[in-house]
Amino acid sequence: MKNKNRAFKAVDILLLALTVLPLVAAMVIKILTAPPTEGIQITGAQIYFTIPMPIQDLIISEAQVNSALIVITILGLCLYLTHGVRAGVETKRQLLMEWVVEKVDGLVKENMGEFFMGFSPFIAAVLVLSALSSLMALLGLFPPTSDLNIVAGWAILVFILITHYKLKGGVGNYLKGFTEPIPILLPLNILGEVSTPISMAFRHYGNVMSGTVIAVLIAAALQGLSSLVLGWLPGFLGDIPFLQIGLPAVLSLYFDIFSSCMQAFIFAMLTMMNIAGGFPQELYEKRKLKKLSAK
Amino acid sequence: MEIAIGLILAACALGAGVCMGIGAIGPGIGEGNAVSKACEAIGRQPESKGAVTSTMIMGCAISETTGIYSLVIAILLIFVAPHTMVNILLKALGR
Repeated sequence: MKNKNRAFKAVDILLLALTVLPLVAAMVIKILTAPPTEGIQITGAQIYFTIPMPIQDLIISEAQVNSALIVITILGLCLYLTHGVRAGVETKRQLLMEWVVEKVDGLVKENMGEFFMGFSPFIAAVLVLSALSSLMALLGLFPPTSDLNIVAGWAILVFILITHYKLKGGVGNYLKGFTEPIPILLPLNILGEVSTPISMAFRHYGNVMSGTVIAVLIAAALQGLSSLVLGWLPGFLGDIPFLQIGLPAVLSLYFDIFSSCMQAFIFAMLTMMNIAGGFPQELYEKRKLKKLSAK
Repeated sequence: MEIAIGLILAACALGAGVCMGIGAIGPGIGEGNAVSKACEAIGRQPESKGAVTSTMIMGCAISETTGIYSLVIAILLIFVAPHTMVNILLKALGR
């Protein structure tokens, strides 16, 4: 590869540093601020500081900081993988990136149709952000997705997109859609509309959170069992929780890795289905034709 | 006073347990149905395994939602409710 001169490699190293450093920073912040704990403790995100605001104090917590840091990590990763991309050059990272882009394009095309092809970067971003946020738990950091505020923010963003695409069929038609099939169902329809972001947020948050809680509970239970069964061993041998070896790792494999990727996929799928499902294709085309003929 | 606080804590713990227990019945039955039908479909047409599996996982995730709601309520009952309730009690008694 003759393109790989010294400057190219230097930029590569800088971008890799941009990828890794936010995670290291998150760990350092965690080590510096973590309160001393004893026994089992199931707590939410730790609050770093609060900024006084007129209506409600703005709370900067572990979840927000970690999600901002993971965004920087993803930015670094994307820049690193797309650095030096050009037509024809087939480096490993370019092939990897092309594979990812192709997969996401195929997914979006399959589930949303031709009209929404512009959505594939957004869907890819949602997928990667959600998956990597949950996978942060593997590094011992607080996963931002196990805080309701973070996922609720994503769900509200998706809700705005859904409503925007529903409104493309005309405001009158959008409002009329609430009184179908019969006007008595109006409150139920409004409830159903509002429950979409709530259920999306709760699903993601609940799955990640329950994994954490169950993992902590089982680790604590195994520790207790271990001290009960093997406590008679002499010296420090009695203090080592031997029964904790094995089972928590297998559980972590399920709850941390499988469940995280699953929830990311499901969140992205629901985003696609809700946006494409609520879009009134025929009405939109009718309106477009009307506007064109009016001109 | 102590009895009242103890009652609140006991009710919260009981409520969380009952909420999770009853709330898990519905999703359990629903997901079991979905998976059994998916297994039948794969048995009938093994070549459509990929499509059936991904649809099944989506359906499972959606039918899981009610279970997740009860989980959230249980978590609230265990971690948030006792504190709030005891505070309300103390305020009502003027202490």
